[in-house]
Amino acid sequence: MAGRTIAVIDYGMGNLRSAAKAVEHVAAGATVVVTADPAVVAAAERVVFPGQGAMPDCMRELDARGLREAVLQAAREKPFLGICVGEQMLFERSEEGDVAGLGVFPGVVRRFPEARMVGADGLRLKVPHMGWNEVRQRPHALWAGIADGARFYFVHSYCVQDIDPALTAGTTDYGLPFTCAVARDNIFAVQFHPEKSARDGLQLLKNFVEWRP
Amino acid sequence: MLAKRIIPCLDVTAGRVVKGTNFVGLRDAGDPIEIARRYNEQGADEVTFLDITASSDQRDIILHIVEACAEQVFIPLTVGGGVRKVEDVRRLLNAGADKVSMNTAAVQNPDLVFDASSKVGSQCIVVAIDAKQTAPGQWHVFTHGGRNDTGMSAVEWAKKVEMLGAGEILLTSMDRDGTKNGFDLALTRAVSDAVKIPVIASGGVGNLQHLADGVSEGRADAVLAASIFHFGEYTVRQAKEYMAARGIEVRL
Repeated sequence: MAGRTIAVIDYGMGNLRSAAKAVEHVAAGATVVVTADPAVVAAAERVVFPGQGAMPDCMRELDARGLREAVLQAAREKPFLGICVGEQMLFERSEEGDVAGLGVFPGVVRRFPEARMVGADGLRLKVPHMGWNEVRQRPHALWAGIADGARFYFVHSYCVQDIDPALTAGTTDYGLPFTCAVARDNIFAVQFHPEKSARDGLQLLKNFVEWRP
Repeated sequence: MLAKRIIPCLDVTAGRVVKGTNFVGLRDAGDPIEIARRYNEQGADEVTFLDITASSDQRDIILHIVEACAEQVFIPLTVGGGVRKVEDVRRLLNAGADKVSMNTAAVQNPDLVFDASSKVGSQCIVVAIDAKQTAPGQWHVFTHGGRNDTGMSAVEWAKKVEMLGAGEILLTSMDRDGTKNGFDLALTRAVSDAVKIPVIASGGVGNLQHLADGVSEGRADAVLAASIFHFGEYTVRQAKEYMAARGIEVRL
């Protein structure tokens, strides 16, 4: 494993190809590997932790492949980017299937509350929250070159709510304000999909690839 | 605020994008990757590939197109056409599709919607509904390109697939498709108001006003169009500027 390696963790859930290809697109000179091997994760310079589908399935598959420790270790010591369910799994618990997460951050993942799903026009807001929404930033290196309020692509029915404000790196409104980006030390995790968010998404991935936390 | 989406749709057969009216007079509109890239540059919010290949031996071509597209175009990609099994869904997702759309197979086997969404998540599963008016304020679900009347109400079917786990509905008016007379707004609104999941309006777009109407009167969450973009009548950017000028939230 010569040179810089970026590991995209593969635990059998959904489409990792897009995430890997998008990282590859912005990571000149680095090797991007999609891997389920804890040793490869441990040897990588930085780690992308994507996720798609239901959180209980994601947690189960992560454990079935013996990747829990490798993920936790990476989250402790190297640049680490969580995406979508890969963000949600960092928290203590999810209402989705009432399942425990990895507990890297305190907080709970909840479904968008039905009672709040009303838009400014009085019409119902649909769930999943699907499409391009504005992200308000808190200062962080990964927002470099991205306008405050830029739109990113979201597709999810659950989100982290009421978390420690010190962890919040970005927020979005959908019926209620919610944290869509969390950060602490070497970890940055987002609810939206940078790999599907065109120019600004690629810029965020590029910032991650170059990040020296 | 969440933006209303504009989705160019590419009908793909034998590796090329084509466009015709009611499946006749297909015109070659070009290379799918090139076109997807162009739409991305114009600010499209997603692209949809509809595989209209009739023979199964050409099915794998779409997988290669999806793979190539996912390597170069970093916006969401929906793929539909010929999806019959959960395995078909998985193959398309693994190739790089973000969402997979199913139509006739869902009607014939509603469990497919449940099985697929349980397996890969609701957010990946789009159910395409082809609807045709059968009486004032009434629409039935049709299959096989609008030839077979299933006798099912389109509104009831939309509610059912939502319950089965669909994450989105792609609603096409068979009466309007290819006519350039605009969406069936009453149909769009009836379905959009009946479900809590997003609805994409499709079928009949001939100008930019039609797109705006689909959102403001049809209450669609996204609007899909093909020919007005393929042959350069309008760019996606023009469509968005037009909608923004009418107070519709779009990503510019």
